[in-house]
Amino acid sequence: MMSNKNVFFNPFSKDNPVIVQILGICSVLAVTAKLEPAIVMGLSVIAVLAFSNVIISLIRKTIPTNIRIIVQLVVVAALVVIVSQLLQAYAYNVSKQLSVFIGLIITNCILMGRLEAFAMANRPWPSFLDGIGNGIGYAIILVIVGFFRELLGSGSLFGIKVVPQCLYDLGYSDNGLMILPPMALIVVACIIWVHRSYNKDLQDKQ
Amino acid sequence: MENLNLFIRSIFIDNMIFAYFLGMCSFIAVSKNVKTALGLGIAVTFMLTITLPINYLLDTYVLREGALSWLGSEYAEVDLSFLSLIVFIAVIASMTQLVEMVVEKYAPALYASLGIFLPLIAVNCAILGGSLFMQQRDFAGVGTAICSGLGWGLGWLLAITAVAAVRERVSQYSNVPAPLRGVGITFIITALMGIAFMSFLGIKI
Repeated sequence: MMSNKNVFFNPFSKDNPVIVQILGICSVLAVTAKLEPAIVMGLSVIAVLAFSNVIISLIRKTIPTNIRIIVQLVVVAALVVIVSQLLQAYAYNVSKQLSVFIGLIITNCILMGRLEAFAMANRPWPSFLDGIGNGIGYAIILVIVGFFRELLGSGSLFGIKVVPQCLYDLGYSDNGLMILPPMALIVVACIIWVHRSYNKDLQDKQ
Repeated sequence: MENLNLFIRSIFIDNMIFAYFLGMCSFIAVSKNVKTALGLGIAVTFMLTITLPINYLLDTYVLREGALSWLGSEYAEVDLSFLSLIVFIAVIASMTQLVEMVVEKYAPALYASLGIFLPLIAVNCAILGGSLFMQQRDFAGVGTAICSGLGWGLGWLLAITAVAAVRERVSQYSNVPAPLRGVGITFIITALMGIAFMSFLGIKI
């Protein structure tokens, strides 16, 4: 049995949901062209993941095993509806940018993965910590990818120009390719590369 | 003609994998060899083609603002669109279950080869993503929904089979740097293929 501290801190790096467990890639790639939507997405996933973990953990003994996927999906879907309505009310522009990807939190593999692997077998408090930990692990990657894509692709952070004008005068130009979807994959691949060169035990054998 | 154009667009330009990255989790996990990749691809195509028209009908006649007006004028202002996420995912999950049972009963051979992938499909982002795009883009009719569902499915199938084929070769013949082996190089292969697919932009029939 893992201690609560490990449950919380492992997903930050050693057991990161995105670059080690390879879950929830879709949204990492799709919403990270700018930093702001990336952060909003990260926060939404942390909230949904923590609360769905707690709810499933509370009712884990009453769920019949053969319909558990549908039960899990409904719990997650209800939470996502709340988040998406809140975003539409208080952060309309960001929710427009995120478009369908808020809805797609439902099928984000991190959620199903954590519910199946952790919440179905553990008490509510560790499940809550596991949800927050994995959510933060996911958000870290989102922010790193968003940071590099916005900095190199638009020369700005949070929509504010950070690359000084004198560099442009010298002939520097933004790399438009970074805004396009395929570069997100390359950025994530680079993160995996760096991460696995430090953590040799995660490398594939053959 | 409009629908044919949409069909082609959905395969090559709006490709689920290369343009939107939907269904990446199972894409990365299952693209190790061509045979299983093909199996999952067929299952995804099938589910997209079924669920998209069903969700279209539900959206048009139940969920959208004013959609219930066929019940009588007092229902004309009901707006149930906040329920759409739950309804869509319930349709997808129950269709998956239904298709699984039908296939198991009438086509045991197909079930044996697809079996393990069918339950996975309920949580494949590409399926729910298809329905959400359908809602967002105001499709014109059931025909449009079927055509783009089939197109998105085939595009997904194309992508996963192509990447699986490349991965098979890479794992046999290339000397990939150790930290990039497996997942890392798959990301890069997918990215390069995505850049190649961008050359289809602007095709019109």
